[in-house]
Amino acid sequence: MASIEETIEKFEHDLLSVDRLAARATLAELSKHLELTEISDKIITPALEKIGEKWNAGDAALSQVYMSGIICEELLDTLLPKKKSSQSNSSSIAIVTFEDYHILGKRIVLSVMRASGFEVSDYGSGVQTDDLVEMVKNGGIKILLISTLMFPSALHIRNFREKLESLGLNIKIIVGGAPFRFDETLWKKVGADAMGRTAADAVKLTRKMLKLET
Amino acid sequence: MKKTSMTSLERVLTTLGHKEPDRVPLFLLPTMHGAKELGLSIKSYFSKAEYVAEGQIRLMKKYRNDCASGFFYGPLETEAWGAEVIYSDDGPPNSGEPFIRNVQTIKNLEIPSIRETSCLLKVLKAIEMLREKIQDGAPIIGVAISPFSLPVMQMGFDKYIELMYEQPEVFGHLMRINEEFCVQWANAQLEAGATAICYFDPVSSATISPREMYLKTGFEIAKRTIARIKGPTATHMASGRCLPIADDIAKTGTAAIGISCLEDIAELKSVCKGKISILGNLNGIEMARWTPEHAEKIVKESIAKAAGGGGYILSDNHGEIPFQVPDDILFAISEAVHQWGHYPLNWTENYEK
Repeated sequence: MASIEETIEKFEHDLLSVDRLAARATLAELSKHLELTEISDKIITPALEKIGEKWNAGDAALSQVYMSGIICEELLDTLLPKKKSSQSNSSSIAIVTFEDYHILGKRIVLSVMRASGFEVSDYGSGVQTDDLVEMVKNGGIKILLISTLMFPSALHIRNFREKLESLGLNIKIIVGGAPFRFDETLWKKVGADAMGRTAADAVKLTRKMLKLET
Repeated sequence: MKKTSMTSLERVLTTLGHKEPDRVPLFLLPTMHGAKELGLSIKSYFSKAEYVAEGQIRLMKKYRNDCASGFFYGPLETEAWGAEVIYSDDGPPNSGEPFIRNVQTIKNLEIPSIRETSCLLKVLKAIEMLREKIQDGAPIIGVAISPFSLPVMQMGFDKYIELMYEQPEVFGHLMRINEEFCVQWANAQLEAGATAICYFDPVSSATISPREMYLKTGFEIAKRTIARIKGPTATHMASGRCLPIADDIAKTGTAAIGISCLEDIAELKSVCKGKISILGNLNGIEMARWTPEHAEKIVKESIAKAAGGGGYILSDNHGEIPFQVPDDILFAISEAVHQWGHYPLNWTENYEK
């Protein structure tokens, strides 16, 4: 049997090549030796993390990142249908595309979060401040992941945060998207708790925040 | 003997010919700031050709810019196909929900008639008015979204990526339709008086597509489309990276590349020198919090790294400066180009940032 590192590398290659059959075969072989949660934690998540890091460094393309997440989600749904969430407290997480309809970033993060064992509520796209405040109030979530493409939408997160605070809703906000990549100080200005450059960052930050909660 | 003073058009043509003009050309592209100049909301401003033409003329004079732009807003082209445009008070009009929801829609798609589509006619009228006022003094830049990049707004980015990978025949059909529209739209702008077309193609960037995918798709589409556009083009990556495909882009027949602030401008210049001009690469998002001193420093750095030998136009890296960027920063950028951009660039040899 190949080492874990070799298997991650092989699976990463399958994903970057957008080769569903090869990716499925790699996981099928693994399922003979590993528990389902181990496959997710030791192979899928690290491979997606590496792909995210490559994109961040300019060594992979967004289309590959997106398709990798989609393939992993499909594999988990079909090849590993009985897989349960491996993360505790994960139902208290939500994600939204704030104010506009550019949902690619949200879909990538959602795929990687789910492939990493998190349950995440999808609050949709084109959601405006007041509606989002209501969703947070009614949803009882602890962590909100906000994806934005447009610079003004990113700036409007400040107003959203202030409205939450006025209602005593003290949740953690993790932001991501182009405006935050092009100005790495912007997340602080808009009152977020953290910024993720990649979907893997969202996973790491969420884990960290959940650990701090417990 | 080098002329001591050129018109903006002469300056731009000289640098595109990979020779040093009198000064580094400046393409400052604050597309929404014209609304402020006219005391209008962004929605009102884009409602009439007269407003945009007047806004562009005022901005050109105010910032001593070397071009005027016929660009209104990104989703204008999908508006022509019947899609929704969402206006805001502090940012560019944005595309609403995608209008292509299934494969059947693609199969039945017909291109809009340019002469019968009011939002397109508005742009053509603005270009005509700009041409009348500017004459041959400065280039007027038209914008056409590439056939390869338009589907992001037509059908949503996620569905489009899936289509590219999984349904090559339907993808090919959509490209043929979009190519026809792009060519007609670009040529209509040239006929109206645009000097050149900015071929807006972020999906081709290395940020979005791997090179092997680009060579099979965006590259071939660009070659076919640009060959049918009856005027010069500059390919813009709208903040996307292009270093891994810079040599390929040069082979598509385009004259310049709009480059990302995420890449080293000196490295790009060395790859592109003598083959294709570069346009960029000021960070428009960060610009909103720059000081005038920082703006000058960044402009000096850019000139020092990229302007030698011509083949360089100073601009932002996205082709649309955010509404939040204050006037004093735009002034500082312009002032720095006019102070430090005069050829010969004797000061750059020993320049340390």
